[in-house]
Amino acid sequence: MKIRKNIAVSENGFIFNPLTGDSFSVNQSGAFVLRKLKEGESEEKIMKMLQEEYDLDGYTAEKDLNDFLSLLKSYQLTEND
Amino acid sequence: MKPSYERPLIQKLNAGLLNKFGSRTEYTPVKQIDGISVNDLMDRYGSPLFVISETTIRRTYQRALKAFKVRYPKVQFAWSYKTNYLDAVCKIFHQEGSWAEVVSRFEYDKAIRNGVPGNLIIFNGPDKIKEDLKTAVVNRSLIHIDHFDELYTLIEMLDGTSDKARVAIRVNMDTGIYPQWDRFGFNYESGQAWNAIMKIAAQQNLELEGLHCHIGTYMLTASAYAVAARKMCELAQATAEKAGIRIKYLDMGGGFCSSNTLKGSYLQGADVIPNFDDYADAIVNTILNFGFKPEELPLLILETGRALIDDAGYLLGSVLATKHLANGRRATVLDVGVNILFTSFWYNHRVSPAQDFTQHAEEMALYGPLCMNIDCIRESVSLPLLKKGDRVVIHEVGAYNMTQWMQFITLRPKVVMIDTTGKVHVIRNNETVETILQNESVPDHLKTIPL
Repeated sequence: MKIRKNIAVSENGFIFNPLTGDSFSVNQSGAFVLRKLKEGESEEKIMKMLQEEYDLDGYTAEKDLNDFLSLLKSYQLTEND
Repeated sequence: MKPSYERPLIQKLNAGLLNKFGSRTEYTPVKQIDGISVNDLMDRYGSPLFVISETTIRRTYQRALKAFKVRYPKVQFAWSYKTNYLDAVCKIFHQEGSWAEVVSRFEYDKAIRNGVPGNLIIFNGPDKIKEDLKTAVVNRSLIHIDHFDELYTLIEMLDGTSDKARVAIRVNMDTGIYPQWDRFGFNYESGQAWNAIMKIAAQQNLELEGLHCHIGTYMLTASAYAVAARKMCELAQATAEKAGIRIKYLDMGGGFCSSNTLKGSYLQGADVIPNFDDYADAIVNTILNFGFKPEELPLLILETGRALIDDAGYLLGSVLATKHLANGRRATVLDVGVNILFTSFWYNHRVSPAQDFTQHAEEMALYGPLCMNIDCIRESVSLPLLKKGDRVVIHEVGAYNMTQWMQFITLRPKVVMIDTTGKVHVIRNNETVETILQNESVPDHLKTIPL
């Protein structure tokens, strides 16, 4: 899953979609995942990074990441690989 | 050190008009009740768990009593059993001086078992069969007659005996509020109440001691009580003048609000409800200004239930799951369902987390654990990012939930009470499969199954 190229992500977690005019905010871990997606990391890699960053077990990281990615998709912020 | 974790969240920012139904987020965790740790209570007694604060009950009762006693010389509260008839709860009110107000034989028997003298039990409601009336007569209880069938049953039952029944009639009336409760008692405006009074006055075996009304529930306007009190005073005066019977007490019933928020209410409950002083002002000023001689002032009886107990009850629960609905909204599933939180059908109960969170919050629906579509505790509430296993505290659940709850799909949980010294007591144990099966039986031909 990739973030659309035209989506702007600010350092402090503010997101703007110029196509729709929608704005979004994210929390700290959400910003972390978005940043990694922007950098082109794979979902599997991000899951491991999330685990390391926050000292999480694999199940929690997988569940929460999938939950977050489904939200990004529902807000039309992603494009298919 | 690793940063503290909260699941990733993205929220759409909505610019435009403010949502008038938007509510504040309950960030502040409630970690203790009367100084007792919520986590310790749940670790020890399970989840979900009802918690009752004895301190709050006593404090609220004394506040209500004071509001009336500073204004009127003769005041008596009668504890409304149907609001919460757990014995421990009833006994607190009786220790404080409340009589018992019951609306069924079951509640009547409970009051007797709790040690309430028969003559201090008010027997209300439309459901009193002959046997119940006999018991009430023998015990000298105050029988509040609801309909002519009950009145004639009493007359017929006592005919030819030397027994005397202490009675009052329940009066319904137009107090300017909607809906007008006219299904209980005798109507004032149509003259039905007066007919009942005259019928009672003509009976050797009936002693008409009082008049009773109960104009509605969750009364948001105190002035309706002033209208009711005036009509009750007029009836009492007419009874004295035309039937020569001095009415000893006026029972104004209940219906005072708790600070819960009704569904559809624009403002929070606490911001719109009258307080005890408002109700007391409306009722007492009307009676005092009516013109009774000081020595003939009737005893004022109050049967308020909800306003005395709601604040003292908490329901502790745990998050079972969180998920997204089809439209992307968050849904949180709790182990607290409408089967034990019956009042969630008409209140937007305040829900607080029981642990710390960041400032991020989500709008969500709160569902219960029942596999039934109706099982929704809050359609929309803003709460921090709850996850499986997190704990919540639901506020103001003391009224009606522990009487109207249902054993449906799941079993009912324990109820504990924190006494005034901080000691925790189990006042109702949780149900088990055995609790339910003890009243069932299976016919012989169904005892074996070939699976």
